[in-house]
Amino acid sequence: MSFIPGHPVTAVVQRIEIHKLRDGDNLILGFSIGGGIDQDPSQNPFSEDKTDKGIYVTRVSKGGPAEVAGLRMGDKIMQVNGWDMTMVTHDQARKKLTKKNEDVVRLLVTRKSLENAVRQSMMQH
Amino acid sequence: MDTESAYSGYSYYSGRSRGSHRHGERSRDRHKSRSKESSRSEKSVTINAPPAEPLLGDQSVRGEEVQDDNWGETTTAVTGTSEHSLSQEDIVRISKDLDDSVGLDCKRYLNVALSVILGLVVFLTPLAFLILPHLLWPDRLRACGTACEGLFISVAFKLLILLLAVWALFFRPPRAGLPRIFVFRALLATLVLLFVLSYWLFYGVRILDSQDEDYQGIVQYAVSLVDALLFIHYLAIVLLELRQLQPFFSLCVTRSTDGATQHYNLGQLSIQRAAVVILENYYKDFPVHNPALLTASKSRAAKHLAGLKVYNVDGPGENNAAAGIAQSQSRAMIAAAARRRDSSHNELYYEEAEHERRVRKRRARLVVAVEEQKKAPGDVMDPREAAQAIFPSMARALQKYLRTTRQQHLHSMESIQQHLAFSITNNMTPKAFLESYLTTGPTLQYGKDRWLARQWTLISEASVTSGLKDGTVFLLKCIDFSLVVTTKKIPYIQLAEEFIDPKSHKFMLRLQSETSV
Repeated sequence: MSFIPGHPVTAVVQRIEIHKLRDGDNLILGFSIGGGIDQDPSQNPFSEDKTDKGIYVTRVSKGGPAEVAGLRMGDKIMQVNGWDMTMVTHDQARKKLTKKNEDVVRLLVTRKSLENAVRQSMMQH
Repeated sequence: MDTESAYSGYSYYSGRSRGSHRHGERSRDRHKSRSKESSRSEKSVTINAPPAEPLLGDQSVRGEEVQDDNWGETTTAVTGTSEHSLSQEDIVRISKDLDDSVGLDCKRYLNVALSVILGLVVFLTPLAFLILPHLLWPDRLRACGTACEGLFISVAFKLLILLLAVWALFFRPPRAGLPRIFVFRALLATLVLLFVLSYWLFYGVRILDSQDEDYQGIVQYAVSLVDALLFIHYLAIVLLELRQLQPFFSLCVTRSTDGATQHYNLGQLSIQRAAVVILENYYKDFPVHNPALLTASKSRAAKHLAGLKVYNVDGPGENNAAAGIAQSQSRAMIAAAARRRDSSHNELYYEEAEHERRVRKRRARLVVAVEEQKKAPGDVMDPREAAQAIFPSMARALQKYLRTTRQQHLHSMESIQQHLAFSITNNMTPKAFLESYLTTGPTLQYGKDRWLARQWTLISEASVTSGLKDGTVFLLKCIDFSLVVTTKKIPYIQLAEEFIDPKSHKFMLRLQSETSV
């Protein structure tokens, strides 16, 4: 998942579809995000590359819609509903996730275990 | 005087010894007759310099003293037992004679007369240039047109400005009497004189002789003269006033008797002018010279050195054995004296502590006595009477305090009463009244008889009209003490610049926030 400026990023991703839960007037997804291009990447405990300014899932609330949909802590969110999440500010990411007129968000997330799994399966062949 | 020691290399002693033979008023007059431009007033500081170079003054004054000069210059060491020694009464008598002397005023009047004559000549020259053609060949003169008459107005106003400027710059009461001529003033006077003379020469040859009819040309010539005079006045301002304003040297002035030191920043001045500035500042900055405070330390030093006189009678080239014995003997004596010196340190410490305690005790009693008194009078009285009423009750405490701090000769009964009346008139608190007695002030605070303003002598190895340089040392000698002045140049400061890009001052505040969605 190393990022070389100017080159496209390739990653093994998983599609996750989260149905938002209506809680009164709010629509909650059940996880917390951290990171962004305006944040300090060296403090990110989940990233391998400490200069990675992507959006990471820092917490998944138990039993919430995100956990049900398969989101895990430490996942890096690459896309939300088609919107890119690798080069956004923290606030932009939040806005893309919490749009009030969307009930469903379709995320593309990546994690280290995915890559390992793919590599293993490739090595078997 | 028994405390004089032998000095060599300074010729000031020759001046002093010479003074002992001249009981008339001419004694110091010789030194001043050389000074052309400086003038004196009754309250001025007199600085006498010994002649270090051949004198420039008029020969008539010097004729009678030629022999004395030679005798003075060849005298090198004067010890206390020679016949040239002066007693205190002699000095006082000489200084009194100086004050009464009439011959000194002649120099001042000469200076004033010369400057007035020069001023008149300079001022009347343009007017003469304008008037003479009308007097000498009025018929042949071409009529003066409008432009020419306009020039008359300009000449008039420029002359007026010049008059005011010269009055402002030159006709001020002098602060001090200097021993040698004021070089810049003399130079400027010479320059002006030469300038005016050259203009007259040109005028005489080209205009008077040929009887030029072009009056406008003559008027323009006069205007150019006045313009040039204004520029010379500008030069005078720069040389006399502006040049010494920017500080260039730092002078360290130390009083020889008790070590009181001050530092002054001066510009580029000649040594005599620097001496005047230093003396003016001396009267306001240095605490008054109190000889009574010195006797204590002198007596202690005398006691300490009493048993210790080591003479090296054998010269340096003597027999080694004899020298060796003498040296070992002196070393033994010095060692014994050193051991003795240890106890004198103790003595000094305890003596000073005791004195300090005593002073504080007296001071406390005095303050209490005065404070009690100041509350007393209820009825309305004239300040003088009030002072006389209050004074007796605190006089004793005040006297004791003054005696302990050895200031009693600085304040007379009369002056204390006057000060008391003054503080009553001005509603001063007791503490304010006591302030002038509790702390020693500068010399100006005390009576005029303490000032000794006419008895300063400038002693310098370099010529006193030469400028100050780094490392110049000169002495200002008064009767009781002398001020040692050393000069140091203010360093040349090289400033370097470091440019900080404003963009590099932008800091990014990096947070790590977590938002739950």
